[in-house]
Amino acid sequence: MNAPVDPKKLIKGGLHDWEVIVGMEIHAQVSSRAKLFSGASTEFGGEPNDHVSLVDAAMPGMLPVINAECVAQAVRTGLGLKAKINLRSVFDRKNYFYPDLPQGYQISQYKDPIVGEGEVLVDLPDGASITVGIERLHLEQDAGKSLHDQDPTRSFVDLNRSGVALMEIVSRPDLRSSEEAKAYVTKLRTILRYLGTCDGDMEKGSLRADVNVSVRRPGEPLGTRCEIKNVNSIRFIGQAIETEARRQIAILEDGGKIDQETRLFDPTKGETRSMRSKEEAHDYRYFPDPDLLPLEFDQAYVDALAEGLPELPDAKKARFVSAFGLSPYDAGVLVAERASADYYEAVAKGRDGKAAANWVINELFGRLNKEGLSIESTPVSADQLGAIIDLIGEGVISGKIAKDLFEIVWTEGGDPRAIVESRGMKQVTDTGAIEAAVDQIIAANPDKVAQAKEKPTLLGWFVGQTMKATGGKANPAAVNALLKAKLGID
Amino acid sequence: MSVDEKTVRRIAHLARIAVTDDEVGPLQGELNAILAFVEQLGTVDVTGVEPMTSVTPMAMKKREDVVTEGGRAADVVANAPETEDNYFLVPKVVE
Repeated sequence: MNAPVDPKKLIKGGLHDWEVIVGMEIHAQVSSRAKLFSGASTEFGGEPNDHVSLVDAAMPGMLPVINAECVAQAVRTGLGLKAKINLRSVFDRKNYFYPDLPQGYQISQYKDPIVGEGEVLVDLPDGASITVGIERLHLEQDAGKSLHDQDPTRSFVDLNRSGVALMEIVSRPDLRSSEEAKAYVTKLRTILRYLGTCDGDMEKGSLRADVNVSVRRPGEPLGTRCEIKNVNSIRFIGQAIETEARRQIAILEDGGKIDQETRLFDPTKGETRSMRSKEEAHDYRYFPDPDLLPLEFDQAYVDALAEGLPELPDAKKARFVSAFGLSPYDAGVLVAERASADYYEAVAKGRDGKAAANWVINELFGRLNKEGLSIESTPVSADQLGAIIDLIGEGVISGKIAKDLFEIVWTEGGDPRAIVESRGMKQVTDTGAIEAAVDQIIAANPDKVAQAKEKPTLLGWFVGQTMKATGGKANPAAVNALLKAKLGID
Repeated sequence: MSVDEKTVRRIAHLARIAVTDDEVGPLQGELNAILAFVEQLGTVDVTGVEPMTSVTPMAMKKREDVVTEGGRAADVVANAPETEDNYFLVPKVVE
């Protein structure tokens, strides 16, 4: 917690430099068919109160029965966070009143969570990486949803989400900037998606963050923190931290003090504001839920789940670097989504790994981003892209023609090899034909030929002219060699 | 351990139970009597006794991850004082 302070990460106030300290509680919705303690569906949306059992509606006499898959998902997540798995954990009642909480309490885990301390390795945009400590992960129920905009005097309550399993993942206050916080959430989301334990869909609220922010002058003890509730996008997490840190710095530099409180980030106004109503609710009077026995399993159960885990992003990245000779940066880009990594591996199999990475990252991802498409909906399959790379490797087409070919495959589809054949896109390797073009250009530009002897960089101009004359189909290596010989350049 | 008047009012409020001024005194007496009973239990020597979580030793029952319930919104809202399109309607609560 008292790692050396990086001056670049400090925030400049009016009087001093300040260090921002961030810790996060991430609520990740468990991927499961049924809810944590009932057999109602977890499916997003649905008609109002349609995915609700009498347990979720807290009808008298209903008893919770735990969903075994939700337990397995929490253990898998714990393993993915290199965390201690607790073979015995306890469900507690967290008591508070709100219209979308029909029980009057949330079933959660307080003193004895299912997962203890772990860590997440986070890569930062500047290439550095940090280790963020995980304090705990516990299972709990989600609340229902209230709609406030349907009627001037009434709120509408839908319990479809009520009782859906959440994993609350609590980090240590190890983050020192909004950049680090955003990178942490991004990485955590990637791990969850690899594990298949949470879909990470922030638009649907599958991943939400409570962000704890405090500031201090470097070297001083931790300042008083404020908790910003329910931030639901990675961009907003960054903005909320920046906004809140500056608010606190302004108060402290004016000689004021920070009140520990819960705040809400308003992205449209770009400010955080106090949620005073939440203050007294902090007395949750936790006690063990008498409806539920302790959750117990043995090490063999944990080991079996560990066996079934997929290769995780850190391991995959290391493998891409060593097996395909990629830079850590490129490998990091490729493993950010499991589907991207799978796609890349299909393209790279039996081919040059670096060439495959360049095509996937620069051409394919570039084009997907431009069109706002995800890798799952790419019009160019791994086989098609692989064939394009093969055609370059075999010297059938030049790199420039390959880009045109990529464009054709993108818009029209089809077998790249057949397209090259039928549209006459083959590279001209016949030196006779290239030589004719070169001779023509040399004859037409005697002044440039004379200059080229003094200024060898003019070679580029001749290469360009030759490529133009051959419709881009001349083999660039052959053109270069011929021109050098004819112009007398070494 | 005993509770004072302020604590009685606080826990009543947290439980959303309306307690009048006249009731606070008697309630305080009743609660303190209950706490005194519990304190008696504290005198029992439980050294070496495992905390009991269930009358008979048993593992918690678990359910399979299968959707078995739902599709009865009308029943779910049947007892509500006010509903619309199977939503519960409550006095407006907004931050």
